[in-house]
Amino acid sequence: MEFFGLDCRFERFDAPLPIHGARVLAGQWSALALAVAEAKGRLVSLWGSDERATGDGFAVSAAYATADGLLWAKLGLDAAKPAYPDISRFFPAAVRMQRAARDLVGIEAEDAADDRPWLRHGAWPADYFPLRFGNTGQERFQAQADAYPFVPVEGDGVHEIPVGPVHAGTIEPGHFRFSVVGEKVLRLEERLGYTHKGIERRFMGMDTDEGARLAGRVSGDSTVAYAWAYAMAVESLAGVKVPERAAWLRALLLERERVANHLGDLGALGNDAAFGFALAQFSRLREDWLRLNRECFGHRLLMDCVRPGGVARDLDADGCAQLRRQVADIAREVAELKDIYEEHAGLQDRLVTTGRATPELAQRLGLTGLAGRASGQAADLRADFPWPPYDGLAVTACTHRNGDVAARVAMRFDECFASLRMIDALLAGLPGGSAREPVLVMRDGAGAGWVEGWRGEVFVALETNAQGRIARCHCHDPSWQNWPVLEHAIIGNIVPDFPLINKSFNLSYSGQDL
Amino acid sequence: MWHILKYIARRGRVTEPAPEPLEGTHRPAHPVHDEILAILGRALAIRQVDAGSCNGCELEINALNNPYYNIEGLGIRFVASPRHADMLLVTGPVSRHMELALRRTYDATPAPKLVVAVGDCGGTGGIFGESYASCGRVSNVIPVDVTVPGCPPPPAEILAGILAAVRARPPIEAEPATFEPGFN
Ligand code: SF4
Repeated sequence: MEFFGLDCRFERFDAPLPIHGARVLAGQWSALALAVAEAKGRLVSLWGSDERATGDGFAVSAAYATADGLLWAKLGLDAAKPAYPDISRFFPAAVRMQRAARDLVGIEAEDAADDRPWLRHGAWPADYFPLRFGNTGQERFQAQADAYPFVPVEGDGVHEIPVGPVHAGTIEPGHFRFSVVGEKVLRLEERLGYTHKGIERRFMGMDTDEGARLAGRVSGDSTVAYAWAYAMAVESLAGVKVPERAAWLRALLLERERVANHLGDLGALGNDAAFGFALAQFSRLREDWLRLNRECFGHRLLMDCVRPGGVARDLDADGCAQLRRQVADIAREVAELKDIYEEHAGLQDRLVTTGRATPELAQRLGLTGLAGRASGQAADLRADFPWPPYDGLAVTACTHRNGDVAARVAMRFDECFASLRMIDALLAGLPGGSAREPVLVMRDGAGAGWVEGWRGEVFVALETNAQGRIARCHCHDPSWQNWPVLEHAIIGNIVPDFPLINKSFNLSYSGQDL
Repeated sequence: MWHILKYIARRGRVTEPAPEPLEGTHRPAHPVHDEILAILGRALAIRQVDAGSCNGCELEINALNNPYYNIEGLGIRFVASPRHADMLLVTGPVSRHMELALRRTYDATPAPKLVVAVGDCGGTGGIFGESYASCGRVSNVIPVDVTVPGCPPPPAEILAGILAAVRARPPIEAEPATFEPGFN
C-alpha cells in the first residue's frame, strides 16, 4: 500500500489492527513526517537499531498513527556516520526519543536543537552504545561525573527547587527541577532515566517466550497491555491468529487492568487533595479487585497471563460468575463514590482548573491516551481500530475538554464504568474453544503490536535473527509523549499542587526509562 | 458529609489479622503491635526506595496502606525522609543510575537500621540481572537483612518480611524511656 502519495510500498503486518511497515529513503523519511503532521496524525515512537550483524548499517525507525492505521517507517543509515533528518520539527515529542536513540545506539538526529543525553547519566561513557553490534551489554564502567545542564531561569526572586530522584512517597524515582517565584511555578524541567536497567539490551538474544516475561515487566501497572502488544508482535511475525476465546480473555484482562489502575488513581487523587476517605474506600475496592484476579487468573497484577499464542490460563464457568458478580458490586460502589466526589465542594475546588493542558497544547505536543482524551484528543485504539473482540463492544472514546485535574478524574470515572460494562459483556458472551494456539517463530522476521493500555497506546516492534531469537525489541510507553506536557501543565500552579497534578497524569518512569 | 458517614458506616471494618513473620498461621493484630513496641519502643518508620523496579513492587507496597492490611494500625508507617526511618524497604534491581542515590539514602538513615529487599529483582536481580545499566540485587549495593521473594510479592508477604526483619533485630538495651507528659 502507498500512503500520502509517497513512492514506497508499505506491507501490512499480519496483526488484528492495521499496522504497515516499509523501508524508506532519506527524502521520504522527512516527507512522511511532514505529511503525517499535516494530516494531524501522531508520532507513536522513534527508536534506533544496529543492523551491521546482517550486513546492513544502522537504522532509525519511526511509528506514526494515521487515520489508516500505524505506519512503521525504517530508514537505513550509513555505518560510518549514522545520522538522519530530525523530525522534532514536526513532532516535539520526538526530542527525547531521538536523544535516547543516540544514547543507546549512537545514531544522531541532524541539527537537533537539544543534544543533551537523556537515558545516559553517569553510568557509562559517551562513546559506549549498549545496543551496538559487538557490545554485549555486560560491560562495566566506572561511574562518570554527571553534570546535567538544566536550563536556568533568571529573574528577580526566582529560585530553584530540586526534587528527587528519591521522592517522598512510595513512587518511582525521577528528578524534577522547579523554578519558582514564591509558591508559583515558572518552569519545570524533568530529568528521567534513573530506572534505566537495560531492558532493550536484555531482549537481544532472548527467545520469544522469555521475551514475553520481560515485556510484561517494562511497566508493572501496564503488564497486560505490554504482554498483549508483545504477543501481537510475535503472532504477526509468525502469522498466527489467536483463537477467538483467547482474544476475548485478553480483552477481559486488559479491561480489568484498566479498572484496577483507575480505582487506585481515584483514591490517590482524592488523598492528594486531602480527602483521605477516598483513599481508604478506593484502595479497599482495588484490593477486592486484585484478590479476585489472583483467584481467577493466578496473579494479582495479571503478570504473565497473556502469552504469545493466547492466554496462560483459561477461565471456568465458576470464575465467570464470580467476576460478573464483582463487576456489579464495584459498579454500584464506584457510582456512589462518584456522587460523593461531585458533592464535595472542597475537593472540587482543588481539582477544577488545576494543572490545565488545553486542547491546543495537547494537540501541538502530542498528548496521548487517557490524559489526551481529558484534553479533547479523542484517540482510542479500541474505538478507532476496533480489533476483536472490541469490534463487537461498540466502544466510544470518552473525552473531556477542560484538560485539568478534574477532567482527568472524570475520565477515570467514565472509563471505569465503560470498562465494567465491557467486562460484563465479555463474560456474558465468552466464546468456547481453546485459549491458546502454538506459535512457531519465524527467523529473520518482523512483527508489531499496538494496544490501548490504561495509560494510552503501547506499541511493540519486534525483529528476529537468523536463529529465530530476538534481534531487536522496542517497547514504547505513552509516557514518552506525556511527560513533556506535564512540564507545561504545572506552569502557573503552586508547588504544593504538583503531587496532585503529577498523579492525575500518573506517568510511568520505568516504561520510559527502559 | 452525611453521605460520607453513611457510606463508611455501611462498610464497617475490613481489617484482617497481620500475618506471622514470613509464613505461618495468622495471629491477632495486637501481639504484632506489642512486639514492635517491645523491640523498638515506638512505631516502626519505613522509608521506601525504588532503586529501579518496574513499579509492580511499589503497587503492592502501596496496597499495605489499604484498610485490609491497615499497617498504621500495627504501628508501622511510611515516612518521607530516610532521616526519620528505622528501615529501608528497597525494590528493583538497583539501576546504575540509582546506585549513588541508594547509597546516600542508606547513609542518611540513622543506625541501627534495617534493610528489607522486596521482590525477585531486589533479592536476585530478577529478570533484569546485572549489566552495564543494572547492579542487580540490592545486597550488591547496601547490606540487606531480609529479602522477600515474589514478582511482585503480595502485600501480606511484604508485611511478613518487614516483621521478620524487626524480630531478628536485637532489642534496644537501654531502659525503656519514661515520658513526662508535656516534655516531648
Ligand atoms: S520483582 Fe517483579 S514486580 Fe518487582 S520490580 Fe521486579 S519485575 Fe517488577
